[in-house]
Amino acid sequence: MSDPHVTVNGQDRPLAGLPAHTSALDLVRGLGLTGAKEGCAEGECGACAVLVLRPHGDDSRWTPVNACLVPAVALDGQEVLTAEGLGTPDDLHPVQSELAERGGSQCGYCTPGFVCSMAGEYYRPDRPEGFDLHALSGNLCRCTGYRPIRDAADALGPPPGSDALAQRQQRSAPGPVPTRTDGFVRPLDLAEALALLGEHPDATVLAGATDLGVEVNLRGRRPTYVVAIDRLPELRELSTGDPIEIGAALTLSEVEATLGAEVPLLDEVWPQFASPLIRNGATIGGNLGTASPIGDLAPALLALDASVVLVSSRGEREVPLSGYFTGYRETARRPGELVRSVRVPRPLPGLTAFHKVAKRRYDDISSIAVGFGLDVVDGTVVRARIGLGGVAATPIRALATEAALEGRAWARDTVEAASEVLRGEGTPIDDQRASAAYRSAMLGNALRRLWAETTGGSR
Amino acid sequence: MSVGSALPHESAALHVTGHALYTDDLVHRTRGALHAHPVCSPHAHARVTRLDPTPALEVAGVVRVLTAADVPGVNDAGVKGDEPLFPDEVMFVGHAVCWVLGETPEAARLGAAAVEVDYESLPSVVALTEAIEVGSFQGGRPVVGRGDTERALAEAAHVFSGTTEMAGQEHFYLETHAALALVDEGGQVFVQSSTQHPSETQEIVAHVLGLHNHAVTVQCLRMGGGFGGKEMQPHGFAAVAALGATLTGRPVRLRLTRTQDMTMTGKRHGFHAQWRVGFDDAGRLQALEATLTSDGGWSLDLSEPVLARALCHVDNAYWIPHVLLHGRVARTHKTSQTAFRGFGGPQGMLVVEDVLGRCAPLLGIDPIELRRRNFYVAGQTTPYGQPVRHPERVLRAWEQVISTGEVARRSAEVAAFNASHAHARRGLAMTPVKFGISFNFTAFNQAGALVHVYKDGSVLINHGGTEMGQGLHTKMLQVAATSLGVPLGRVRLAPTRTDKVPNTSATAASSGADLNGGAVKDACEQIRHRLVDLDRGRGLPWEELVREAYFTRVQLWAAGFYRTEGIHWDSTVMQGHPFKYFAYGVAATEVEVDGFTGAYRTRRVDVVHDVGDSLSPLVDLGQVEGGFVQGAGWLTLEDLRWDESDGPGRGRLTTQTASTYKLPSLGELPGELNVAFLDRAHEDGVVFGSKAVGEPPLMLALSVREALRQAAAAFGPPGTSVDLASPATPEAVFWALERARGSRDHHLVEGLPGVVPDRPDPAAPRLHPRSEQVAPVHVPSEV
Repeated sequence: MSDPHVTVNGQDRPLAGLPAHTSALDLVRGLGLTGAKEGCAEGECGACAVLVLRPHGDDSRWTPVNACLVPAVALDGQEVLTAEGLGTPDDLHPVQSELAERGGSQCGYCTPGFVCSMAGEYYRPDRPEGFDLHALSGNLCRCTGYRPIRDAADALGPPPGSDALAQRQQRSAPGPVPTRTDGFVRPLDLAEALALLGEHPDATVLAGATDLGVEVNLRGRRPTYVVAIDRLPELRELSTGDPIEIGAALTLSEVEATLGAEVPLLDEVWPQFASPLIRNGATIGGNLGTASPIGDLAPALLALDASVVLVSSRGEREVPLSGYFTGYRETARRPGELVRSVRVPRPLPGLTAFHKVAKRRYDDISSIAVGFGLDVVDGTVVRARIGLGGVAATPIRALATEAALEGRAWARDTVEAASEVLRGEGTPIDDQRASAAYRSAMLGNALRRLWAETTGGSR
Repeated sequence: MSVGSALPHESAALHVTGHALYTDDLVHRTRGALHAHPVCSPHAHARVTRLDPTPALEVAGVVRVLTAADVPGVNDAGVKGDEPLFPDEVMFVGHAVCWVLGETPEAARLGAAAVEVDYESLPSVVALTEAIEVGSFQGGRPVVGRGDTERALAEAAHVFSGTTEMAGQEHFYLETHAALALVDEGGQVFVQSSTQHPSETQEIVAHVLGLHNHAVTVQCLRMGGGFGGKEMQPHGFAAVAALGATLTGRPVRLRLTRTQDMTMTGKRHGFHAQWRVGFDDAGRLQALEATLTSDGGWSLDLSEPVLARALCHVDNAYWIPHVLLHGRVARTHKTSQTAFRGFGGPQGMLVVEDVLGRCAPLLGIDPIELRRRNFYVAGQTTPYGQPVRHPERVLRAWEQVISTGEVARRSAEVAAFNASHAHARRGLAMTPVKFGISFNFTAFNQAGALVHVYKDGSVLINHGGTEMGQGLHTKMLQVAATSLGVPLGRVRLAPTRTDKVPNTSATAASSGADLNGGAVKDACEQIRHRLVDLDRGRGLPWEELVREAYFTRVQLWAAGFYRTEGIHWDSTVMQGHPFKYFAYGVAATEVEVDGFTGAYRTRRVDVVHDVGDSLSPLVDLGQVEGGFVQGAGWLTLEDLRWDESDGPGRGRLTTQTASTYKLPSLGELPGELNVAFLDRAHEDGVVFGSKAVGEPPLMLALSVREALRQAAAAFGPPGTSVDLASPATPEAVFWALERARGSRDHHLVEGLPGVVPDRPDPAAPRLHPRSEQVAPVHVPSEV
């Protein structure tokens, strides 16, 4: 086993001796690559964005992530690019020259992060629809007002065939390597991972680090023993059979890309879930593993009647998601167990919707989130599943509302009555995001809005 | 000709490649730097009864703990003597009582956690309304008055009264506060600081260290955003780093985390206003009486001048014959609120726009028409006695926006949309901006520059202004190139340092280009005149002329100076001619509001803004657009929340991270954003006919708030007056539209006496000219 190392802008750099909590951002800045900045240390501003070469089928993709959240040792064996590696002041990268010439930088502090997010989208093959501006929703700029950044993005054509970074994507990304440092282990298969967790039941399980990184940076958490599971092949499979089975270590971006429009409800969730920088790191298993009461995926998965497959050295078990959350950030997952996959049964509900209410349209934490999964047959609601986030200590099903809908006509008076029931679900609180009264009002209105949208009643 | 060319930012190529250096990037090039971490108060108000740093010294890697006992000079970080650097009474949650120096940031953090501090909790005032109730005020209470408001209100055809509250705003410059200090040869203290006001940082560092100013040099390479947040706030952090460096002999780096920055440093002032207004039958303003109370936080900082500017902008672009405006600064146990782009101007203007927006439906006059009807015309003066020059520019911009923004057609479309949609409403509103340019305090309106021409013909310029992204350095390069008549590539600009240009003013009040441009131009013209004399019409190429100048002993460098002429101000009576000129602008904004949630989108914005003859059009466009979006953030999205409960978290900022305090992101960019500069806008007496542009566009965003108000009102019957909270978050808009739907209660009192604003207390102190001055000079006993 070689000492851990990482390739940064084409240069091999040692990782030995770094504590497990040292971020990739501290690593690159310590190398004198100070383009990546710390703006918030919690993956909200994108000033720290760098590109990591990630596998994509047989090819690879330059994938922007928040370097402030990723532990440096988790990058063992991988290839990283920073803004400095894309171009120099005398030889700007196309993304850099478009931003520079159009007034896309003012104070310049957020700019290298924007450059990396923009370059990730620039190198995404097959984007006949042009530049997807959602690629920049995890980067904050306080100076420009974004118009010149938008124009720079819109002006970008495809990379020329001779572009070395584009060519690099046509070859595979480095595979996982068996990292073992003081306090950090990356096992190469599930059996080894489960054995480690059996030996160290209090180990910290690391996937995308989008939650753990925040704990480390903002709350001083210093895990003593980290087991990285994000590259375990057994956790990275996706099947679209019945049930649809989604490997826990797939990032949300990977799930989004692989599922396509297969599950319309999830397709509605992705653009509203954090930012691409986060979705490029966060995994579906991690999202359920950390059990945020707000986490936007859970309400949608509850509406899809999903279940969670848990695995340990003693075997596998399947737990319905509705019974998985047991308390504030607590779940049915036992010590030594991992989320292996999420199962979504077929047939999918015929009428689905995801309603998220937040202060900001993109990359904000929900005040409330509602997932709807209804089956309406001959004008009657035969089955209703409604998942709620942000109104209780855990994501919950709106059971009373479901009962108020099932067996009744999908009609205005049913909707009105059920909306009043929905309004009373959960135990919403007043906090800095929203008042309890607003949360309740939004619950009630979610069903009214669904009715209006699905019956053309929006006019 | 370089001036007037649309050039990218002078550092753009460095920005996009990550090669531009900011203060904290320098630590990676500095050997052996120590890292500073604060020990912060968990209490809103408490006395420190015991502070024991010894446990920290047992933490591996901790080198020293800095406390009040270490201060050789004055233990104060401010200019008013009311901001102890190491306090024995903590005044807000987050107040630093001491600082720990460690070999690594981790060691310093762990050391800070180990310091033992005992507190005796004291009563606290957190909410602004609470401060008003208990009479917790600080500083002077200025009054701006003209005419007889009492009589005018009694005679007015329509009188309304109400209250208006608005929240503050976190600067959220992407670069948090940072300083790196070291002791140079001969005891010279050198501080790299992310500061808008290097001279004042220098002065505070010197007085904390007990040194003369000439023993301290402050340099600011550039800032990752400032917006006013680095005008007064960096000094204490620089002083802590400098104190640590002098005591340990090692470089000391201090950089705040985002949460530290948000919990420790000041913000835009929230304001509370009570007002009574009178209109005639045609909707013309007759009288306005208002009491504005700002939330100053725990110390005065810049609260008095911010309040003065607020009172000077309540009129915005409107003629109000009879005015009585009374201001006061509340003292609360929060961060000490400070300068923020607009400096009180936005808060003052919000009051009158709120008044007009709420009263228009009750007067039965379209808000666009109501506003236009009240514009200043030539010959009228502001309530503080300054003639309004070029008021016709507001009308010209207004008409241009109506025309190019197709306001008539779109207003009809908005009405049609609203009539045909059950669950959504649109609103289209226009607001004007008239913003006074110059520091109210006359002495600040001066600047210096130092221009060198080297023997090879290359030019190096220094000036007193700082670069925070606003493009000041770009403009100064253009001014120098044009003034000297050399290509831009020949000119280079060196970082701002106090040993190059002394006694500078803050880069603030939008005045950076006016003042420093004047000084750079003066220096360049001195050199140019000497060279022209030398040339005697031969038309020698620049390099030859410069070489000849050197060999014939003609001075090739010059110090430039500029002071703004024709301004004066008496803050004790709040009268005078404080502003060199006014910057004008007009915006029209269309929004769509969702009736289910209150969520909204800005569909289209049209702006015409007066930048004079633009020095640098791409830079100015960036200031207009960026200011607009930042203003929209303040008014709609950015939601500072403090724990006002009596629980253990009292006084805590609950939105102290980027995940809880949301800035506009790309998704908030209006669908269409059209910005034009007002033409025929040359401004006499300002550098190359230009106008200041940093702050005024922020207030164009008041049109967003008014559009939201109108859209919310459209959920109710015609004539509905809507009281909209600020910020107008989706939740606030939802409650506004629910009220509009539910009833015609409009939350305004009609007729007299109504809501009677708190009257000025004749015994209360007025502003004193010293209110805006820098610190009393602390002369060290002996050197």
